[in-house]
Amino acid sequence: MASTASYVETQSRSGAFWGLLVLGGLFMLAALGAFLYFEHNGHIVTGMDNQIVWGIPHVFAVFLIVAASGVLNVASIGSVFGKPVYKARAPLSGLLALAMMAGGLAVLAADLGRPDRLIVAMTHFNFKSIFALNMMFYSGFFAIVSAYLVTMMDRSLNDYSKVMGFLAFFWRLALTTATGSIFGFLIARTAYGSAIMAPMFIIYSFAYGLAAFLIVQGSMYAWNKVQLDEGVLTRMKNLLAVFIGAALYFTAVMHLTSLYFAKQIDYERFLLLDGGIHTTMFWLGQVVIGGIVPLALIFTAGRSQTRVIAASVLVVLGGLAQMYVTIVSGQAFPLEIFPGYAATSSFQDGIINVYSPTLGEFALGFGGIALAFLITVIAVRVLRFLPQDDFAALKAGND
Amino acid sequence: MSDNKDGVSRRGFLATSAAALGGIALAPGIRLVEIAAAKPDDEPVSSKVRWGMLIDTTRCQTGCTDCVSACNKENGLGEVTKPRTNAQWIRKIDLTDLKTDHALSLPMMCQHCANPPCVDVCPTGASFKRADGIVLVDRHTCIGCRYCMMACPYKARSFVHEPHTDQKPEVPRGQGCVEGCTLCVHRVDRGGTPACVEACAAAGHNAMMFGDLNNPESEISKRIREVKTTQVRADLKLDLGVRYEGI
Repeated sequence: MASTASYVETQSRSGAFWGLLVLGGLFMLAALGAFLYFEHNGHIVTGMDNQIVWGIPHVFAVFLIVAASGVLNVASIGSVFGKPVYKARAPLSGLLALAMMAGGLAVLAADLGRPDRLIVAMTHFNFKSIFALNMMFYSGFFAIVSAYLVTMMDRSLNDYSKVMGFLAFFWRLALTTATGSIFGFLIARTAYGSAIMAPMFIIYSFAYGLAAFLIVQGSMYAWNKVQLDEGVLTRMKNLLAVFIGAALYFTAVMHLTSLYFAKQIDYERFLLLDGGIHTTMFWLGQVVIGGIVPLALIFTAGRSQTRVIAASVLVVLGGLAQMYVTIVSGQAFPLEIFPGYAATSSFQDGIINVYSPTLGEFALGFGGIALAFLITVIAVRVLRFLPQDDFAALKAGND
Repeated sequence: MSDNKDGVSRRGFLATSAAALGGIALAPGIRLVEIAAAKPDDEPVSSKVRWGMLIDTTRCQTGCTDCVSACNKENGLGEVTKPRTNAQWIRKIDLTDLKTDHALSLPMMCQHCANPPCVDVCPTGASFKRADGIVLVDRHTCIGCRYCMMACPYKARSFVHEPHTDQKPEVPRGQGCVEGCTLCVHRVDRGGTPACVEACAAAGHNAMMFGDLNNPESEISKRIREVKTTQVRADLKLDLGVRYEGI
């Protein structure tokens, strides 16, 4: 009885477990419906068009992919930098990384114009394309993180976990560099085409990943009625604060640099001052909700885990706002084909592009989160992914 | 015997000449040029040729959309009823200089870059450049990710947002794929010229010239040598196949 203390807790609430599965399943069903609807009718039934070619599905997909690589950091701090507190959380971190990556990629694939040609994407590679490189990084991520998990969870292979941890750490850094470069390599658009995109995405991933981890960890502790060690909470919340601060710093540097270039000023004015929804998403979403308020919550949290989790939820919301700003606002601003001229045409030249996302696009995006959620809930139920320090203590207490 | 043979030969020559003269008289002049430049179907395109276009904005008429209509008709795109989602391979842009108020109008389409960003970013290699400089999309390997649309500095690409019927056999299109100006490759490969160029000439504007940029004797090469021409967003150094005069 005692040896399965943590399972006893979950099994005793198997009704609630099935409830979670149904909840996740409903979101998945909605996403499946949206996918079939788009696939059958074409993207005409979405809010996306020839100007805003990437919309809400991409906001969710890129967020999940970036957060997936970031959530693995918890494991890396344990394995690569040898911190025991983080090492105990490494399996959960690896599981979340796989689950979120799967969620993000599923959304990305479901939004393709020809999702039936996914096999083409996996068999035809243009090695000059950063997008193709990303696909290889994503596949490798699954393989490496899975192997890393096995070395952590199979005691006979524990000796290899440090090596795999290193490999996973460097792979995820390369992966996020490549994800940021999807935008960094776009030469033509004012909002993109900057080398800062790569390191900035890495810093964003640290913040979003840790926030996601803290939310899941907090929920699991609450579910099992276990109190998170105060020392652990303090360390993790302080780390989150450092990541949020660094994310704000990179964002500030990018915009200050842009403000210095005369050719970028119109875009900066649009985003920072008079861009309507885009300005709101930036200042209120990314900066205030995703940065300043979480920082305030963390620094006033004291011993309150609730405040830390609230801060983490806000970081995730701010992260989605940041992705909206990066992806949608960057396209909304007109492409400057003839600098120095005012342009008009039947193809929306010279105007701010309007994007009205449909419910189906949100359904697809939330479907990605639901997929990550379901993978996590099921995996935690059947395998020992919970942080082993506190749960070992719980087990000892039950003994 | 020998005389007789000569006689047959002479008769044959006369008959052939008569047929040829008749053909010349009946066929439009342009057709002869097409036959002369046509490439056999089994012969690969050659990098000795670089197809390109020169657009004289001083001749391009504001309000005239003949090139656009011709493109839509030739490629089976139909009329633009939904400007946000309909494919627009070529569009007219009206420009006004912000400092001087100088106004001009010009057609904008795929610039058939020598270093095309769409080809660089395409994950599957569906976006590709032919040896003769024409940038195309392989409809069999395009997965509809739209990254090329993000990358194109000229907004030259459209995504097919809806199912399509009554396609032109020579211009296959498909829902969920990205497409753009092909320089009317199906005409060019038979020695013809793009539909937009033909329409512009038919309207009497002659603002669009098509030809081989690699051939120093071609009309387009001569013209580019004579007058100042511009590559749009030349700062990007993409080495465009389409050049503009008068901007």
